[in-house]
Parts: sequence; structure tokens; C-alpha cells
Amino acid sequence: MDSSLLFGFSTVLYFIAMITYIIYLAFRSEGIGVAATTATVVGFAGQTAAFFMRWKEFYDMGQMGILRAVPLTNLYESLVFFVWSLILIYLIVEFKFKNRTFGAFVTPVAGLALAFIEMSGMSKGLQPLVPALQSNWLLVHVFMSFIAYATFALSFSTAIMYMIATTEKKSEGAYVFWTLTLGLVIVVLSAMGLDFLKFRVAGMQPEVLIKGFLFKATFLSGSPAVAFASYAAAALVLLAVWNYGGVFRRIISTVGISPDMLDEITYKSIAVGFPIFTLGGLIFGAIWADQAWGVYWSWDPKETWSLITWFVYAFFLHARLLRGWRGHKIAIVAVVGFVAVIFTYLGVNLLLSGLHSYGSE
Amino acid sequence: MQGENKKFVDRIWDSLASVKLAIVLFALIAITSIAGTILEQGAAPEINVKIIGSFVGYSLAPGVYGVLDAMGFMDMYHSWWFISLLALFSSNLLICSLDRFPKIWRMVRMPQKPLGDGQFGSMRIRKELSLKGSPDSNADRIVAALNSLGFKPREHVEAGNRQFYAQKGNFSRLGVYITHLSMLVILVGAVVGIFFGFKGFLNVPEGSTYPVAFGRKPLSSSQSMERSVILNAVLSSRGDVSAASAKLGVEEPRLLTRMRAVGIEPLGFSVKCEDFDVKFYGRSDMPKEYTSHLVVVENGRAVADKWIEVNSPLKYGGYTFYQSSYGMMSDPNEYRFIFRVSSPASPGGNFEEVKVKMDEPFSIPGTVIEATVSEFSPALAFDQEGRPFTYEDMMNNPAARVVFRDGTEQYSRWILKRHPLTWAVKEGLSVELVDIWGSQFTGLQVRRDPGVWLVYLGCLIMSIGLYIAFFTSHRRVWVKLSGSGGSTTVTLAASAHKNREAFERKIERTMSLLREGGK
Repeated sequence: MDSSLLFGFSTVLYFIAMITYIIYLAFRSEGIGVAATTATVVGFAGQTAAFFMRWKEFYDMGQMGILRAVPLTNLYESLVFFVWSLILIYLIVEFKFKNRTFGAFVTPVAGLALAFIEMSGMSKGLQPLVPALQSNWLLVHVFMSFIAYATFALSFSTAIMYMIATTEKKSEGAYVFWTLTLGLVIVVLSAMGLDFLKFRVAGMQPEVLIKGFLFKATFLSGSPAVAFASYAAAALVLLAVWNYGGVFRRIISTVGISPDMLDEITYKSIAVGFPIFTLGGLIFGAIWADQAWGVYWSWDPKETWSLITWFVYAFFLHARLLRGWRGHKIAIVAVVGFVAVIFTYLGVNLLLSGLHSYGSE
Repeated sequence: MQGENKKFVDRIWDSLASVKLAIVLFALIAITSIAGTILEQGAAPEINVKIIGSFVGYSLAPGVYGVLDAMGFMDMYHSWWFISLLALFSSNLLICSLDRFPKIWRMVRMPQKPLGDGQFGSMRIRKELSLKGSPDSNADRIVAALNSLGFKPREHVEAGNRQFYAQKGNFSRLGVYITHLSMLVILVGAVVGIFFGFKGFLNVPEGSTYPVAFGRKPLSSSQSMERSVILNAVLSSRGDVSAASAKLGVEEPRLLTRMRAVGIEPLGFSVKCEDFDVKFYGRSDMPKEYTSHLVVVENGRAVADKWIEVNSPLKYGGYTFYQSSYGMMSDPNEYRFIFRVSSPASPGGNFEEVKVKMDEPFSIPGTVIEATVSEFSPALAFDQEGRPFTYEDMMNNPAARVVFRDGTEQYSRWILKRHPLTWAVKEGLSVELVDIWGSQFTGLQVRRDPGVWLVYLGCLIMSIGLYIAFFTSHRRVWVKLSGSGGSTTVTLAASAHKNREAFERKIERTMSLLREGGK
């Protein structure tokens, strides 16, 4: 058995877990809950084993040290590892707060990431390391960054859930904010899905796909009619989410998650993620850059975006702890923080150029 | 007047010490930084006009570019206003910390006091339970329970009631200040590096030696002229600045100032590149490592010697040399083709190494065959009809076409460095292309940074500060024993300045153990 087979098995289990968690949300039967948790735990164990197997395969193939053969070197591997970190953080929360309802919100994010991998047809092969990546810092820098990304992803989900649970009026600023955010996520993902369906080319690099084809099937289409229809459809989606947003609130209120608990998880996951991100992402990244290129800080887009992310979360912590920001205001900051994370992780590599762009080639 | 002055100074101090300013600065720095990741920094104008055009349309782009350029957005991280933001951020950090530190320091140093009866109710964590036996008989178990929570309690007796109290982690309140201090240390390190350091480059052809490195600052035409005059003098006196100053008739200190002004950094030693090599993964053109063999020469002696790689630089005399780029030397007539030749005549299958220029004949030992290199390609491939062509202008697949003359017979072969099958020229005659030496230069990033140790120190302090600030907490506990004879009432009060829930759960567990043991 090789790592990809085992990983496929985990993927199936994650999808089963996703469906089971949603059923659990509807029926709230203990048996179904246990089944969902079991599927997640077994899937996670499988993915962990697959990760180490791929590590070994990489080590056997590439002529390099064991620490440098860690499979975290391209977009495919990093997305897979993001899923792993997210499931890990989720399981910790499930056991700590003894609450399974988040499963129905977190496993779909993992499912989306896995679906994105499949749909984009991105290269899954082992690629040997370019010279700049051959450093022992690779392991600890990437590992810690992704653990932090996963905690930020969790804080994003709980901040959105908090806003869903605590807004009633459609004219409320926070209501408009979360429906807009959710609507945009749906619009962007569907538009990208259409791009992939239309332009899918086997073995093409994701960068080429994104740079060459992003939104070309919809908003940037050559045909003005298609482009116009895309904007109209997007507006309709946003309007629909805004109009029927109350449904989400009713779901959350029936499953018995208190807004206070959501607020607490938002804060705590950022309080754990922030120091890990500072150390693993910024400090270790700077030390590595110093040793490879002789510049610990060069304002390259990836560095700058991680600093922007860092400032947003520093803003969050200072506003909450010292200025007493609570409720919707602080939840919005948490959402903005995760948007910066997404841009740091994917946007910079896919849309901008810089030293890190080969990290996902 | 004096009073008003003081008020004014106070007002400035207060606004610099405010958290409001801090979060406004976080937002400002984060938002403005975005511009610099979209506009390519320090790039040619047309690139950024194009980028701006995709946002505002191409007719407006040149005008918008002009405005943004005047505001320094094309090199924004070094613009006066961005530097001012960073300076304001540092002052805010410093003054904010100075302003709050005394109060926090008192809280850290203040000895914990026993609580009065009325104060128990005001603590965030409160528990009560009753145990069998007199307070005195239960005292030891309470102390043991507190010990198991990691506390070393002290005792206080008031009105016949015994009270145990303890605290730990009081230093935790300093974590924030340690983190803030670390950022200032890093910023000071960065400033030291900018003002007293050197960041430049040096391209060294294989076999060449340089006693200087070069700055990256663009020069005016008169500076470029001065630079070439000075460089000639310095290179011809092998880096000896005093000899060069005699040659130029300029005093040495003045020459040093002029050198730095035109971007010539005297190293005080010389760097020689013995060899540069790109290693590939297997037969692919995917580079595995860029590597240069550098030798440091000081006073005519080799004092250091290292094969540097991308993640493994050479350090010497305060300077660090990083592998950063490479390229081809333009004149193939200067290249040296190194072959390893073995023929039936060479005893015991021994190899003989040959080093020749283009068109320079060499003989195959033990035979009458004479050979010359007639053509060269840095990256040779064959098209469908078998015709050779060069597919890359870098040394990805170096090849030499060698013409052999065996009496009247004449034939030629393409010999490829990376393809051993091409080395077998004919039965018993093997010619391996070992290297085409002198064909490449290594591009080194050269740096001297007297502030970098401060940056590393700051990073270390920051790690410690973050750990203390986020993962430790100042925890205090008070336990009062009251009652008499057959039963004891245990009243507990506790506080934690962070993560109270976790502390409360721990206390809960200990209390339930006490309860079970006390029945």
C-alpha cells in the first residue's frame, strides 16, 4: 500500500464524517455522533500514517536528509497538510468542549479543500526540492505556520457562527457583513469551480491555471453576455444569502451552541495561533531567509502579507484585551484576519510574485 | 507658561502611551503595506504603469503612476512616511510599556496578603465544602491538596481561623513587556544594520580573485567614472588600499570614503572562486544544488576554504558570502575543457587528465591520435532529424565537439558531460568531459551586518515573552478553614489573570478528591 491509496481512504472517511456530522446536527442522536467522531478519528489516523509514508517515499526518492524530505513542499502537499491541521484542531476542540456540533461546520471546510484538490487536477507527484528549500528550517517553519493557519481557520468559523447566532435584523451591520462574507465565499468558489470545469487541463500547474484562467469562465469571460450574467448571478446569490440568512441562525440556535462559547473559542484559538504564527511563521522564516539569502527581511510579498496578518491579529488581541472590544466588532476583526491568512497562504503564491512563489511550483 | 508646557508634554506622552494609537497604527501599517505587495517595488516604471492600468484603466494609469511615484509608493517601505509610521510604532511601543510597567512591576513584586472575611466573596473563583474532623486535623490535607496544585502555601491565623494562601506565575504579567521589549531590540538591530552594515554583491568568474565587493546603489555617470578609476587602482594593487592611495595620490581615509560612496567595499582580504557547479536531480534539468568552491586569501595565504551552497554560506572577517546567482562568461576562447582520457595503451586502465582551450590540439596518450575541441554548447540536445542544437543558454547540459585525427582518418564526436554513453569514442578509447572550467561566474550576495545579532537576540527574547504571555498565568489561591470539633468548613477563593476556566477545572478536581477522602 502506498501513501496515496491510504490518503484516498482518509478522504472518503472525511466525507462520510461530514455527512454524519450534518445528520447528527439534525437528529442529535448520540449513536450518530459517535459514528461521526469515529470516522473523523480513523480518517485522521489514516492521513497521519499516509503523511509519514509519503515522507518515507520522498526520502527514498530524493537524495537528501530525512528532515528535508518532509512532504510540505508544493501546493498539493500543503493543502493536504492544512486539512490535517484543521482536523487535528477540531478534534482537540471536540474533546475539550465536549461538543460535536462544530463538526458539521468544520468538516465541510476540510471537504472543500479536498474537493478543490480533486477538481483543479493539480499535480500530486513528488517533486524534488529546489536548492533554496533544502534546509532543516523547512520542516519547523511550514509545520508551525500551518498549525497556526488551522487555528485561525477555526476562529474564522466560530466568529462567523457568532455573528449568525447573534444577528436578528436584516438591516443590522453585522448581519449584512456575515451574509456578504458567506455569499462572496460561495460566489468565488463556484466561479473557480466553473473555471476548473471549463479549462481543466491535466497536469497543469495551479499557478498557470489561476493566472491564466481565473474567472475567465465567468466574470472575465470574453463574451460580454456571459460576464454580465455572471455578475447578475453573483448579485442574486448575495441577495439570496442575505434574504434567507435567518435559516442559519435557526439551525445554530436549535443545536444549542451559546454565543459566549463561540466568542471564547474565537479568542482562544487566536491566542494559541498568534504566538505559534509569530515564532514559526515570522521568526523562523526570517532566520531561514537570513541563512539562505543573507537578508532576514526583504519586504517580499509573502513576508509583507504575513506581517499584515500578524498586525491584524495583534489588533484583535489589543482591541479585545485592552480596549474591551466584544461582540460583532471583534468578530469582524477575526474574519478580516482570516482573509489576510488566505491571502498570505494562497493569494501571494497564485496572484503575486516573489521569493516564495517557487514554494508551490 | 511652565505649567502649560508640562501639560503639553503630558498630553503628547499620554497619546503616545495610548492603546488607541497602537491599534490605529496596526491598522495603518497593515493597510498601507498592501500597496507595496501589489506594486512591484523598485521596478521599471512600465511594469507598475501596467499594474495600475489593470485597476484604473490604461488611459489614467500614467497620471496615477505619477502621483503614487511622487508619494514614494514605488519604493514605499523606504519612503519617509512609511519609515515615520514605523518610528511612531516604536515610540508608541516604548512609551506605552514605560507608562504601564511600574504598576505591573508592583503587582509582580507585591507580596500576597491573606484575605479578610468579606473579600472571599469578591473573588472570581469561589468554592466551599465541608469535611469531617476539626480544622486542625484537616490542615495537613489542605496543604497537601494545595501542593498537588503546585502551590507552596503560607499560613495566617486570624480570630482562631486558619488561612492558607499562595500564588504562582506572578512573572506571567511581564510576558507582554518582554515581548514588546524584544520588538524594540529587533528594530534597533535593523537600524544598526542599515546604518553600519553593508549589503552588496560580487560576481566572481571561475579562477578569478576579488579583494572588494560592490554596492547595489545606482550611480550617476560621474560617479561611475570615478568608480572605474578607483576600481582599476585598487584591483591593480590587489586590494591594498594604501598602495592604491599612493598610486592615485589621494590620502587613504579620503580614498576609503570615496570608495564607499561609489559602492566599492574593501574586504581586507580576497575571495577566489575555484569552481562553480550546478548539480541536477538524476538526468533531469531540475537543479539540486548550486555550489561554489570559495577560497579566502589573506596576505598571500589561503586562510579559509569552503564549498558554499544556497543554504550554507561562507563567513569570514565579518562578511558573509551567500550563493545567490550564476551566469555564463561570454568568451568561449577563455574556457578550459577538462577531459579524462583512457586508451588501450594507458597502463591498468588509468586515466589521464587533459586541460585544453578551444582549437588547442592534444594527443591521446599511447596512440597517434590527435584531438581538438572544435565546437561547444552549454546545453546540447538533438532534434528529430538528429541535428544538434542548444536549448538553453545556461550550462544545463554542457557538450564539446571533439575532432579526432588518427593518421588519415578523421572523425568527430559530441561529448556530453552528463551522458557517459557519449564518452565512449571507440573501442578502448574513452574521453570523459569533466568540466568546462572558466565558463561560468558565481554570483555572491555579500553582507556585513553588525546588527544581526541583536535581531537574533530579539527573536529569542520574543519567543520567551510570547510563551510567558500566552501560555502562563498569574494564579492566586486562598483557603480558609473554619468550624470546630466534628466538622470543618473549607472556603476557597482563587483568581487567574488568564485562562480562568482551566484553573477552575483543576481546582474543581482537587476539591472533589478532598470531598471523597473526607467522608
